[in-house]
Amino acid sequence: MSDILQTVRKDLLDPAGLTDNQLHKVIQQLAGPHIDYADLYFQSSYSESWTLEDNIIKGGSFDIDRGVGVRAMSGEKTGFAYADDIVMPALEQAAHAARSIVKQSSSQSIQAWHKEKGHDLYTVSNPLHSLTETDKVDLLQKVNSYIRKKDPRIIQAALSLMGSYETILVMGSDGHFGADIRPLVRINISVIVEQNGRRETGYAGGGGRFDYQHFLMDDLAFHYADEALRHALLNLEAVEAPAGAMTVVLASGWPGVLLHEAVGHGLEGDFNRKGISIYSGRMGKKVASELCTIVDNGTLPHARGSLNIDDEGTPTQDNVLIENGILRGYMLDKRNARLMGLRSTGNGRRESYASVPLPRMTNTYMLPGQSAPEEIIASVKSGIYAVNFGGGQVDITSGKFVFSTSEAYLIENGKIGAPVKGATLIGNGPDVLTKVSMVGNDLKLDTGVGTCGKEGQNIPVSVGQPTLRVDELTVGGTK
Amino acid sequence: MNQIKKALLTPAELEQISKRILADASQHGASAAEVSISTNKGFTVTAHDGDVETVEYNQDKIVEINVYFGQRRGSVSISDLRAEATQAAVQAACHIAKFTDADPASGLAEKEELAFHYPQLDLTFPWDISVEKAIALAIQCEQEARAYDSRIMSAEASTISTVEGLHLYANTNGFSGFFPFTKHDIGCVLVAKQNDEMQRDYSYSVATDPKQLTSISTVAKQAAERTVNRLGARRLRTCKAPVIYLAEEARGLLGHLASAITGGKIYRKASFLVDHLDKQIFPSFISLQEHPHLACALGSAPFDNEGVVTRSNVFIEKGVLRSYALGSYSARKLGMKTTGNSGGMHNLTITTGNKTLAELLKTMDKGLLVTEMMGNGVNLVTGDYSRGVGGFWVEKGEIQFPVQEITIAGKLQEMYKGIREVGSDVDLRGNIRTGSILIEEMMIAGE
Repeated sequence: MSDILQTVRKDLLDPAGLTDNQLHKVIQQLAGPHIDYADLYFQSSYSESWTLEDNIIKGGSFDIDRGVGVRAMSGEKTGFAYADDIVMPALEQAAHAARSIVKQSSSQSIQAWHKEKGHDLYTVSNPLHSLTETDKVDLLQKVNSYIRKKDPRIIQAALSLMGSYETILVMGSDGHFGADIRPLVRINISVIVEQNGRRETGYAGGGGRFDYQHFLMDDLAFHYADEALRHALLNLEAVEAPAGAMTVVLASGWPGVLLHEAVGHGLEGDFNRKGISIYSGRMGKKVASELCTIVDNGTLPHARGSLNIDDEGTPTQDNVLIENGILRGYMLDKRNARLMGLRSTGNGRRESYASVPLPRMTNTYMLPGQSAPEEIIASVKSGIYAVNFGGGQVDITSGKFVFSTSEAYLIENGKIGAPVKGATLIGNGPDVLTKVSMVGNDLKLDTGVGTCGKEGQNIPVSVGQPTLRVDELTVGGTK
Repeated sequence: MNQIKKALLTPAELEQISKRILADASQHGASAAEVSISTNKGFTVTAHDGDVETVEYNQDKIVEINVYFGQRRGSVSISDLRAEATQAAVQAACHIAKFTDADPASGLAEKEELAFHYPQLDLTFPWDISVEKAIALAIQCEQEARAYDSRIMSAEASTISTVEGLHLYANTNGFSGFFPFTKHDIGCVLVAKQNDEMQRDYSYSVATDPKQLTSISTVAKQAAERTVNRLGARRLRTCKAPVIYLAEEARGLLGHLASAITGGKIYRKASFLVDHLDKQIFPSFISLQEHPHLACALGSAPFDNEGVVTRSNVFIEKGVLRSYALGSYSARKLGMKTTGNSGGMHNLTITTGNKTLAELLKTMDKGLLVTEMMGNGVNLVTGDYSRGVGGFWVEKGEIQFPVQEITIAGKLQEMYKGIREVGSDVDLRGNIRTGSILIEEMMIAGE
């Protein structure tokens, strides 16, 4: 922790010569009477991406973004401003603007700083430096030639390698003082195959809070390429998807996006404080079959959605949302926790210094059950087996959610049949969970590809689940 | 607002910075370079429960630089305009370029394509409104919406936002151009409750000129009506039926076309419209053309992202695909010429019929009116289409009841050919301008 703080201070505060004393004063002025809470959030982010297409390294890009966000809250009101220069005058100006949410201004003493001890979930070294530039482009070249050689039906392969290194420092008027260093890497591979005039696409990728060495271990990058090709070839055989309500078996891993949409968003504190979530007022009540225990856990080492501390300085936690079917907890940031008379659950997250923290998910998944996955498939007379998905969306008020399959099969008499074309599945959050009749023993997280959007802010998240049987879900096929 | 104006850098200042960056690139040995700088400032206020909820002040600047060493390219973006920061950025871009391959299609747009004499478009109409006044309007909007119907339990948020910006692009072929713009929004999101059911809907107005914004009362009333009308929504039985996309959702339907004819999708063979030039895509009564120089329009731009002249391209003429939407890179990949669409299309407009929405419903007689779409189940490589929807069931040309938790599915190729009518109720709130669209038949999945 002290190492992290030192590194972060050097990156964020030292260039402009900002001292703790100065920042203390800014917060003191910010947190006058009628202000319940105020905070400063310093952030710098360095990210790069390398792309390969048509067998050549087409481009590389490097992005730097630095700034400070200033927030003051009074009751339900929030004043927010930011500056993309980390210098004293810009900081004071932003503080003045944020403070204008309440009219009176005079300063008040604030809590003494106490350093928030976060977790130690990931490397603190800069992943951008974990391979040389030559090695980064080499990796892409090698994976490309490997996959191109594997099947002549490939007419296009596009690969990208991305990494970012972020440092953050948050100081709150409640005395919280925390810092974090957040690495994140990602590799994507997409291929287009053509056979008898039919073109189909396949995609795979993964990553997390690692450095690039992660992709070299066990030839992980090559496995993703195999997976993208397998996916594309499978689509060449896909038949029309059925239409209507039917039994759906969801595979383990990324299909957990179901939980993210059907349950997760509806349990974020802001919607529940306002009473506009389908789950509002249902704490302690049964909202799912007793086979379902769902958590949001920000403390998994290296996971894409993990954080040592959240963006308000609160250490992340393993929060139980639904326990054996009973609604147990909401996900809270400081603002909604304060207004609801609860404590933050370490779910206060923001896209960057230029956006306000909201209650958000981290890694959301269902705990494993008793059934073997084969047994679950064998139990279905007629339905579909959905293995992979694109994105999803939810209306937290009505509870309606959708997610679209990218790999799915017919199930006939307990056996997996022909692959089907992509179809959107639609359901109602609480209904769907009561229809979960079997839970597999094969919990898996996704490979590290999730990005969640809310109010225009995108943040990295993970999802996961064991294989699930849902007795009825509407499948939006064409047949 | 006056403070905001003062703080925006002037075009002359941005031009100076861009010149410095291009000179730096040349000094580092780059054979060509380009830079775009976008800055904006504004604020957003939201109201909830009769009081202000948030006041957010926005100010952003972003500099994007591409450097070329022959046909090798490196890119960088930063938010800091100071000389030491831009110098370091140029250096980083030059470093990156060393590790990329020579790409025969890469480089600046051809000099003869550049908009050296670009038109001055009327796109900037600052809103002289204080934060206090905006708060008062947002509160008024929420209160009027709640007063409309007792079932409206909560305004999730009413929003007023205003932004002023400036965009500049310059390259080492001697082009330098800029244009200022403004954008203002009024939005209202509501929740209505009846027994155990809750529904959420919204309405908004957006314009470059505050005078063209819909009144607060109208936004509040529309949002309230829409939300209350959602109450009592049920599912449908799985069936085949005609579908009308309400104008605001029809925009997305044409958005898939706009995306599928983009050069990047075509040269990658990632579109169902590869090799479809001069082929019939739509019925012959449909044409699609862009209008990049319209005054006060949100999608207007005097030049594209590479400084190329924007023009009134006709993409679909009497149902036939006449042109892809190309930037200079995808044009070179395809052996064609840029169409001034680097960065996208500008005010893509469909030929509309003369029927109102009510008349379209009569024409359809029995079927589904789609007013809400969910998810993104569209595969542009194959044209396969499957999305979650909400809306209304129509019989005898009249709305019968709201529907939800259903999907509609088909293939874009067949859906486009199956368009029977385009309504006169054009929605001007986006970069694609269309009325409501009636499609002959789609698969609806429900109970």
